Amino acid sequence: MALPLVIDIAIGQLRRRKRQSIVSIMGVALGVGFFIAVASLMQGFQQYFVSQVIDIAPHIVIKDEFRTPAVQPAVAAFAEGAVAVRGVKPRDEIRGIRDARGKLAALEAVPGLAAAPTLRGPVILRYGARDHSVALVGVEPERERRVTNIEKDMIAGRLEDLRATANGVILGIGAADRLGAGVGDIITAVSPRGVAVTMKVVGLFSTGLTALDQGEGYALLKTVQILQQRPNVVNSIRIRLADITQAEPLARVIEARFGYRTESWEETNSNILSLFIIQNAIMYSVTGAILLVAAFGIYNIISTVVHEKTRDIAILKSLGFTEGDIARIFSVQGFVVGAIGAALGCLLGWALIEMLAAIRFDFNNPVLRGQRGFIMSRSALPFIFAGGFALVSASAASILPARRAARLNPVDIVRGAA
Amino acid sequence: MSAPPLLEARGVTRILPGEGFGAPPVRLVEDIDLTVGAGEFVAITGPSGSGKSSLLYLLGLLDRPSAGAVLIDGEDTGALSAPALARLRLARLGFVFQFHFLLPEFTTLENVMIPMRRLGRHPQDEIRERARAILASLGLQDAERKLPEQLSGGMRQRVAVARALANDPEIVLADEPTGNLDTRNAATVFDVFARIVGEHGRSVIVVTHDLDLAARAGRRVHLVDGRIVSDGPHSPVVPQAVA
Repeated sequence: MALPLVIDIAIGQLRRRKRQSIVSIMGVALGVGFFIAVASLMQGFQQYFVSQVIDIAPHIVIKDEFRTPAVQPAVAAFAEGAVAVRGVKPRDEIRGIRDARGKLAALEAVPGLAAAPTLRGPVILRYGARDHSVALVGVEPERERRVTNIEKDMIAGRLEDLRATANGVILGIGAADRLGAGVGDIITAVSPRGVAVTMKVVGLFSTGLTALDQGEGYALLKTVQILQQRPNVVNSIRIRLADITQAEPLARVIEARFGYRTESWEETNSNILSLFIIQNAIMYSVTGAILLVAAFGIYNIISTVVHEKTRDIAILKSLGFTEGDIARIFSVQGFVVGAIGAALGCLLGWALIEMLAAIRFDFNNPVLRGQRGFIMSRSALPFIFAGGFALVSASAASILPARRAARLNPVDIVRGAA
Repeated sequence: MSAPPLLEARGVTRILPGEGFGAPPVRLVEDIDLTVGAGEFVAITGPSGSGKSSLLYLLGLLDRPSAGAVLIDGEDTGALSAPALARLRLARLGFVFQFHFLLPEFTTLENVMIPMRRLGRHPQDEIRERARAILASLGLQDAERKLPEQLSGGMRQRVAVARALANDPEIVLADEPTGNLDTRNAATVFDVFARIVGEHGRSVIVVTHDLDLAARAGRRVHLVDGRIVSDGPHSPVVPQAVA
C-alpha cells in the first residue's frame, strides 16, 4: 500500500487476471531469452572466428602490387589525346617490394609494430609419385615469430628447425596428408622457373583453416628466393600490431606513403565480415519478430483489461481521476509485464547459454577445430538490448489501449450500466 | 449581495447528436435553472427518460452542457479544463451510482481510501484511520478486509456511499442509489444521506424512482421530458405508472 496509487491499482488489476498476465509475461520472457541465447551463440562464433583470423594472420600485409595500374607512357605523354596502344608487352620487370629492408626499418620504428618480410610463390611439391602444389612462404623465423602465431599452431617441429636443417620445410597438415609425407621425409620442390630443390620436412602445422593447412608451406626466405630465382626480393611485408583497431587506419597511412597495396585484416577478410553482417541481420530480424509477437501479446492483454474494466474506468474518472491517471494505470501494466518478462527472459537467456555451452559434438568440425561445442559469447550487451527492447515494446504496446481507456466517457458507461 | 449558491445551473441544455445518418438530435434536458445551497437534500424525480440522470451528470461535472452553465460557488465550470474538473470532482463532489462500481481487486477499506489517496491531502496513516471511521459510521467496520464480491448488495452500496464521502465532499450526487436494493437497504442508504445533510451540513442530490424515498428529501424537483415541471418541498407529484 505504500506504492503510489496508480501503480497500486495497476498491479491489483494484473494480479486479478493471473493466468493472462503469466501468459503475456512468458511471451516476453521467451522472446527475450531466445534472443539472448541466439545472439550470444552468433556473437560467440563470430568473435571466435575473428580472433582466430587475427591470431593466425598478420594484421596488415604490404603487397608488391598497386591498386591502380601504372599509366602507359604513351597515355602519359598525350594526356588529352585519343591514344590507342596495341601490342604492349609488359616490361620484364622484377616484381617485389623495392628497398624492402629500408621500409622494414622505417616500419619497425613505429611503437607497437612488428614487421616481417616474406616471399611467397607457388611450388609443386613431389613426394614419390604424388604431386601437390602449395604456396611456399619464405620467412625469417626470428621476425616471423613476432608477426604470426604459426608457432602456436605447429604440431611437430619448431620454426627454428628451418635454420637448423638445410632446405627445411614446414608443411600444413593437409598438404602433408596429400603427399603422404611426414617429418623427416625428403621431398622435391619445383618452382615455375624450373628450379628444383630437395627439401626436408622439419615440421607440421595445423591452423584449423583448411585453405592454409592444405595450401601453404614455410621455408627460409633465402631458400624460396633461390627457388623462385628472385634473389633479395621480398613480395610482401607482414605486420602485426599491439592495437588491432589501428590496423585499417595504419594500412591507409602505409599505402599512402609507400604506394604499395596494403591490406588490413579487415580488408583481407571483408567477404567473411560482410557475411557476418548479413548473418546478424537475419538473426536480429528473426529474434526481433519473436519480441514483436510478444508485444502483440501485451497489446492484447491490456486491450482485454481495458475492455473488462470500462466500469472501473468510469468510476475512477467520476471520482476525479484524470485522463492521464487512467492512461498511466494501463501503461504501468504494460511496463510491469514487460519488466517482469524481461527479467525472466534474461534468466532464461542465461540458462540457455549455459545449456548450449554444455553441449558437446562428437565430430571434429574443421572450422571449430579444437572446439567440441558451441562457443558462446558471454557479454552483457544482448541482455541489455533484449531487455530494453522488451521494455520499450511492452510500454509502446500498452499505449494505444491505455489512451483508449483514458478517452472513455464515464457518462456513457454509467448510463449503459444502470 | 449574498454569497453565491453552492451549485447553480443556468439555462442548462444538453443535446446529443442523433445516432445514425439523418437521425434528429436528442434533447436530454432543456433550459434547466436550478440552485442547490449548502445543507439541502434534493430529490430529482420523473418518469424514465425524463432526463433525471442526465441532469445529475451535468450537475456533477461529469458531462458538459450544450448550452447554459453550471456554476460552483458562482464560478462557471464551463471554462475549466478536464483535469481541473476532475480535481473539483475529487475534492468537492461525491458520486453514488445504481451499480456500486467498487474496484473488485481491492478490499472495502482500500476502495474507500482510493479517492483520499488520489487527493493526497493527508498522510497514509491518517487516510487509513479516516476510511475506517467512515466505514464504522456506516456500520461496516467488520467488512474492512473483505473484497466487494464477498459482501451483500446492500453492504456494497453502503461501501460505495462511504467511498463517495471519503474526501468529505460538499455535495453528494446519487443516481438511483437504491435501484438495486431491497426496501430495508434502500432505507438505510437514505438514512445515511439524511445524516450527511443533518449532521454535517452537506448537500445531497438524489435521482430516484422511488416516491416514498423521495418524500424523505426536503425538496423535490420533478422532471418531465427534460424540463423541470415542479420544484419545492411539497411539489404536487402526479402519481406515475412507475415500473
